[in-house]
Amino acid sequence: MNGKAIRIVLTAALVAVSSTPAASQGFAGLGQGGEGFALPERGRAFTFPEDHGPHPEYRIEWWYLTAVLEGEDGRDYGIQWTLFRSALTPVGPQVWMGHFGLTTPEAHFSGERFARGDVGQAGVMAQPFAAWIDDWRLERNGAGDGDELDSLRLSADTGEAGYELSFVATGPLVRHGEDGFSVKSASGQASYYYSQPFYDVGGTLRLPDGDVEVTGRGWLDREWSSQPLEDDQEGWDWFSLHLTGGERLMAFQLRGGTPFTYASWIEPDGTVTPYYGELVLDPLDLSDVSGRDVPTTWRLALPPEGVDVTVTAVNPQSWQGTLFPYWEGPVTAEGTHSARGYLEMTGYE
Amino acid sequence: MMAAALRALGGHWRRHPLQLLTLVIGLALATGLWTGVQAINAQARSSYAEAAVVLDRDALPRLTGELTLQDFAAARRAGWNVSPVIEARVPGTSLRLVGLDPFTSPPGSATAPLGETETLVAFLAGETVLVAPNTLSELPVGLSGTGVDGIAPGIVLADIAAAQRILETDRIDALLILPTPRDGLTPLTELIPGSARQEPAGEGGDIGRLTDSFHLNLTAFGLLAFAVGLFIVHAAIGLAFEQRRPLFRTLRALGLPSRTLTLCLALELAALTLAGGAIGIVLGYAVAAALLPGVAATLSGLYGARVDGGLTLSPLWWLSGFAMAGAGLAIAGGRSLWQLATLPVLAPAMPRAWAQARISTLRLQAITGVALLAGAAILALTATGLIAGFLLLGALLLGAALLLPPLLMRVLSLGARSATGPVTQWLWADARQQIPGLSLALMALMLALSANIGVSTMVGSFRGTFTGWLDQRLAAELYLYAEDESQAREIARFLEDRVDAVLPIVAAQANLEGAPGEIYGLLDHATYRENWPLLDQVPDVWSRLAAGEGALVNEQLARREDVWTGTHVDLGSGGRWPVLGVYSDYGNPRGQAYLGLDAFRDRFPETSATRFAVRVAPERVEAVSEQLASTFDLAPDRVVNQAEIKQFSLNVFERTFAVTGALNALTLGVAAFALWASLTTLSGMRVPQVAPLWALGLTRARIAQLDLIRAVGLALLTALLAIPVGIGLAWALLAVVNVQAFGWRLPLRVFPVDWIVLSGWALLAAAAAAALPAARLWRMPPADLVKVFAHER
Repeated sequence: MNGKAIRIVLTAALVAVSSTPAASQGFAGLGQGGEGFALPERGRAFTFPEDHGPHPEYRIEWWYLTAVLEGEDGRDYGIQWTLFRSALTPVGPQVWMGHFGLTTPEAHFSGERFARGDVGQAGVMAQPFAAWIDDWRLERNGAGDGDELDSLRLSADTGEAGYELSFVATGPLVRHGEDGFSVKSASGQASYYYSQPFYDVGGTLRLPDGDVEVTGRGWLDREWSSQPLEDDQEGWDWFSLHLTGGERLMAFQLRGGTPFTYASWIEPDGTVTPYYGELVLDPLDLSDVSGRDVPTTWRLALPPEGVDVTVTAVNPQSWQGTLFPYWEGPVTAEGTHSARGYLEMTGYE
Repeated sequence: MMAAALRALGGHWRRHPLQLLTLVIGLALATGLWTGVQAINAQARSSYAEAAVVLDRDALPRLTGELTLQDFAAARRAGWNVSPVIEARVPGTSLRLVGLDPFTSPPGSATAPLGETETLVAFLAGETVLVAPNTLSELPVGLSGTGVDGIAPGIVLADIAAAQRILETDRIDALLILPTPRDGLTPLTELIPGSARQEPAGEGGDIGRLTDSFHLNLTAFGLLAFAVGLFIVHAAIGLAFEQRRPLFRTLRALGLPSRTLTLCLALELAALTLAGGAIGIVLGYAVAAALLPGVAATLSGLYGARVDGGLTLSPLWWLSGFAMAGAGLAIAGGRSLWQLATLPVLAPAMPRAWAQARISTLRLQAITGVALLAGAAILALTATGLIAGFLLLGALLLGAALLLPPLLMRVLSLGARSATGPVTQWLWADARQQIPGLSLALMALMLALSANIGVSTMVGSFRGTFTGWLDQRLAAELYLYAEDESQAREIARFLEDRVDAVLPIVAAQANLEGAPGEIYGLLDHATYRENWPLLDQVPDVWSRLAAGEGALVNEQLARREDVWTGTHVDLGSGGRWPVLGVYSDYGNPRGQAYLGLDAFRDRFPETSATRFAVRVAPERVEAVSEQLASTFDLAPDRVVNQAEIKQFSLNVFERTFAVTGALNALTLGVAAFALWASLTTLSGMRVPQVAPLWALGLTRARIAQLDLIRAVGLALLTALLAIPVGIGLAWALLAVVNVQAFGWRLPLRVFPVDWIVLSGWALLAAAAAAALPAARLWRMPPADLVKVFAHER
C-alpha cells in the first residue's frame, strides 16, 4: 500500500513514539482526548494472563521486545521486534503493524509489516501466549506453571536478515509508575505500562554473511493507552539498561512543551522505585543519521541512585527506515555503573 | 560583431514579417499536430498502466481456487507475500469492482487517499469506495465514493471485505503472489488444497497490445502532419536563406568569419525553434484536449479500455515537443546552413530566383520518385515484418510526392500545346513557370490528400467489413449468460418450446500451436451454415466439423502459424486436427479454434455451458427476454439483445470516425496553409512578370482571376494524382501493415463519393489560399506595376 498512507494511519498506533504535535492533533481528533475510547485509570490492578492479550477498547497498544546480544564471534548485536495494535475508532477496525530491527556494529537491518485485524493475519492471544503478524511470531515456548511470558520464542525474517531466539525470564514482571499506571506528562496523560526486563536470551541471527549464535539479555515492554502524549510533546528518548550488578533501569524523557522525565529503578528482585523529574539526560554527541542530527551519545544521571553514566550507541546508524522512521538500537553505558541496553529516540526531524 | 551581425540578419525578418509568420506558424502546426497525437497516446497508455497497477493482473502470478480471507491469512502466516483480490462487476452497473486489502496490496497511487484516517476508516467499514472523479456519478444508489485522480475511469476500488459484502459472498477471486524474499516456504498449492497457481497472462491478453492498432494509426497521422508542416518550414527557410545571399556576402566581405555567420544563423534557427515549438505545444495541447473525449470513447467501446478524459502530461512530453520542432527546423534549415558554411566569400551575390534554381532538380526528382515507387512495388510483393510495411508506406508516399512536380510539368506542357490564343498560352506557360516555387506546397497538399483518402478508405473498409462480420457472427437474436450450470439447464429447458433454437456456447482455454488461446465447441445448426462465410474451407465443411473430422481456426492463428486447409493444427489439450476452414476474427489478438460440439465435449468434459445463443423470431425477442429476466431473476447484463450489441459497435465506429475526421480536416488545413504561404511568397516575386501583361492591356482584375484559376487548376491536378496514391496507401495499410501488425487482413473497399467531396475541399482550400495574393494583385496600385519598368531589375 501507499507508504504515506500507512504512515499517517499508523501514526495513531505510534503516537507514543510519534513525531510532531501537529501530527498527533490531526488524526481524527486524536489530540483532543480519545472520545469513546477507554482511558487508563489510577489503581486498576493487572490480571494475568488476560492483560498480556489485546485491549481493543484502547486506541493503541504494543508488545515491544528488545535484546542486547553478544555473538560467538565476540561482537555486539541488538535486536528489536514490536507488534503494534491500533483501533481506528472505538468500535474498530483494528489495524496491526510489526517492526523488525537487527543491529550489528556496522549494519542495521529493518523491516515492517501491516495487517488488517479481522482475518487473523495478525493478532495476540493471551493464553497460550502468541503474538504474530504474518510469519513473524513471538509465542510461548513450552509448557510450565509460570507466567505466560516466562519463556518465549521469537522468530522473524525480512528475507535480508532474521532471527530465531528464545527468551527465559529470571525475574518477575515489573510495573512502572504507580503500579503500572504510567504518567506521561505534567497534565496527567498516562498509559498502562509493565515490563519483563529479566530475560536471558539465546539463539541464532541470520545475517547476509551467515548465521551467528548469540546470547544476551532481553526486555519486553507492554503498554496500552488511548492518548499518551500531550499535543506539544515532540517525541521521546527512552532507555532500557541491564546493569552489571543485576539492576535494571528504565528511563525516558518527553521533549517539547513542559519536559517530562521518569525513571524506574529496578532491583534484581524486581522491586521498582519510580522517580519523577529526577532523571538527567544530556546529549553529548550528535550523529548525522539519514540526514538528521540524532544524539547518539548521552549523559544519563539518576542522582538518587548514584547513577551517572555515558551511554554510547553500538552503531550510531541504527535507523529504523520504516515508513514511520525512528532511531532504535543497542547501547553500552560506562561511568558510575556499567550497563548494556537499548535506546529509542523519536521525533528527530 | 556578433550582435551587429544578428541585427543585420534580423532586419530581413522585419522587412518580411509575413515570411516570419509563415515559418513560425508552419513549425507550430507541425509540432502541434504531432504533440497533440502524442498527448492522446500517452494519456491512453497511462490510463492502461493505472488500470494494470490497480489489478496488477498482467505482472503478477496469482493463486486461484475456492479461496477465502482465512486462506489469505494462512498464506501470510506461512510467510507468503500474498494479497487478496476480488474482480467483478458492481451489480446492476457496468462498473468494474476491484476489492483489495490496503495493507498488503502492491503500492499504487490509487490508494493514496487512504492516508486520511477518516477515509481509511470509511473504506475499511465499506462506507466509501474509491473511484475516478468522473465515475462518481455512475455509482449505484447505496454506494458512496471518494474521487481519486490516480484511478482509471470505470473502476471501483473497495476494501476486500466491503467488496465481499457488495457481492454477498465470502469468497475472494485470487491471491496475488508478490515477490517473497524467502526461500523454502511450503508451496501455496500444498498450503491451500484445491488451489492452483496461475502465471501472468502472456502479452496476447494485454490491453496495450489490443489497442496498439489504434495508436499506430494515430501516430502515423501525427507523423504525416509533421511531415506536411515540415514542407512549409522548408519552403520558408529556404526562401529566407536565398533572399539573404547578398547580405551574407556583404557581411563576409566586411570581415565576419564564416564560422560566426553560421553560428548566428544557427542561433536564429534555435530562436525560431523555441517560438514555433512553444506555440506548437500549446496548439498540440488544444488539439489533444479537443479530441481526447472521442478517443477515450472509442477505446472504451472497442476494447473496454477506459481512458481518463482529462489530460495530464509529463514534462517529457513538453520536451519532446521542442525536440520535434528543433529536429524539424534542423532538417529544413540544415541544408541551407551547410551551403552557407561552404559559400566562397566572393560567390555571386545575385539572388538567384530561388524558385528558378530548382528547375534543374526536377529531372533528379523524377528519377528518384520512380525509383522509390519501384521500391514500394517490390516491398508490396515481398514485405514481411512491420518495419518493411512502414518502409513501403514511406517509399510510396515520398516517391509519389517527388514525382508530383515532374508529372505536373508534363501535364502542363501537354496542355500548353492545345492552347489557343495568347492569354491561354501565357496561362499554361505561367503555370509551368510557377511549378518549382509551388512544388513543395503542392507536394504537401498531395500528401495530405492521399493520407486522407488512404486513412478514410482504411477506416471505411474496416467499418464495412466489421459491421458485415458482426451481422454474420451475431446471427442469433439473443445471447444469454446463466449464473451457473444448473440455472443454465433450467433456462435451456424453459426455452425449448418457446424459441426456434438454443445454441450452447462452450469454450475452454488451451495452447494453440503453443500460444494461449480459446477453443469453442460448435453445435451444428443452420445459423452457422447460412451466416458464416469462411476465408478458406474444405468442401462440406460444416458437416465434417459436426462429425468431428477437424477444426476451424481463426485468421490470426492461420496466418501466424501458417495453418490453412490441408494442414493440421495443434490445439494443445484440444488435440491435433486437420484444418477444415479459416474464419475472420477481427480485433482478437489471440488464436482461436472451433471444434464440433461432440468432439469438444470429448476433450473437455468438465466444461460447463452457461452461455447460449438463442434463435427466435425477431418480433418475439422482447417478450422472450422479459420472460427470461422475470422467471430467472437474471441481471440485465445477462440477457443481451443482438441489436444492442450491433448498435453499440456502430456507435464505437462513429466515434472513431469523429476522431479521424477531425485529424483529416487538420492535415488538410495545414496543407492549405502551405499553399497560401507559397503563393504569397511567389506573388511578391512575380510582380516583374505580371507588369508586362498589365502593360499589354490585361486588367489587374483579369490577372487576379487567372491567378485564382491557375491555383485551383493545379490543386485539381494534384487531387487527381492523390487519389491513386491514397488507394495505394489504403491497400498497403490493410493488406500489409495490418496483417503484419495484427494478423488479419481486411478487404479493400473504395468510396468514390468521398474522393469527390475531398477533391472539392482541396479546390476550396486552394481557392482560399490563392484568394489573398490574388486580391493583393487586383488592388495593387498601378504605380507599383509601372515602377517595374523604371527599376533596373
